[in-house]
Amino acid sequence: MEAALHASGTEIVTVALRRVDPAAQGSMVELIERLGLFALPNTAGCYTARDAVRAARLAREAFETDWVKLEVIGDDRTLLPDAVELLAATETLVDDGFTVLPYTNDDPVLARRLEDAGCAAVMPLGSPIGSGAGIRNPYNLRIIVEAATVPVILDAGIGTASDAALAMELGCDGVLLASSVSRAADPARMAAAMRGAVEAGYEARRAGRIPRRLHAAASTPDEGLPDLG
Amino acid sequence: MTIELNGERIELTAGASVAEAVAHAGADLGRRGVAVAVDGEVVPRSAWHRTELSEGQRVEVVGAIQGG
Repeated sequence: MEAALHASGTEIVTVALRRVDPAAQGSMVELIERLGLFALPNTAGCYTARDAVRAARLAREAFETDWVKLEVIGDDRTLLPDAVELLAATETLVDDGFTVLPYTNDDPVLARRLEDAGCAAVMPLGSPIGSGAGIRNPYNLRIIVEAATVPVILDAGIGTASDAALAMELGCDGVLLASSVSRAADPARMAAAMRGAVEAGYEARRAGRIPRRLHAAASTPDEGLPDLG
Repeated sequence: MTIELNGERIELTAGASVAEAVAHAGADLGRRGVAVAVDGEVVPRSAWHRTELSEGQRVEVVGAIQGG
């Protein structure tokens, strides 16, 4: 874990809250503090706005931060966000002074509603949590990026480095990932790959890619071609 | 008195504080990253010592884990 965090170059680590386990507790927070990283609490495992708001308030107390990665899940098979509960929880938490970073569907309208509700960022999924299926709807993601006036973080679905690079090329401001590194055969190596991919995608976005076209376009001019017949 | 601590019924002396419940749960009182809810409501760390529990209350003591 420590090697992977270091190799990734990340500055923020999201953490969940669970009942303390006397045998295991503490190590995660100690590690984050020792590495000088920011612990971003999340509401993973919450299915209703009420539970998510309570979890966020607990997290604020535990970590002394108003920042929260808001996650309100609709069902345990897809782990897709519940849009209705998510928006309700967002409104309550923003009113309560939280800096809300919602994990959301790749739905441009919902992203706009969340932004209107006062979110500090929107964090659309590429595909379901832990699926490693990459970015299933790059068109929606582009529309979200185009319309957003807050940062857009791709949250969930990244399977390998090219997915992270694509997210950045599409204009995301960052990526949030866990499974693709923690479940990789060599997590530290995958973390290093993710770092390179995010940096490459960021630069490529700003460099301005060439348009796609159906037919070839020669990179050398015909003019001055020697007659070798 | 009996309270429910992280889903288990336990016995504490009458008038025991939230801080005692936190210690009973195995959490380090001084450590960051630990929070407590009593019957669903957050009890601030600054109030752990002075907040008395009463019979039948449901206490959740949580800490950070990776994931999410």
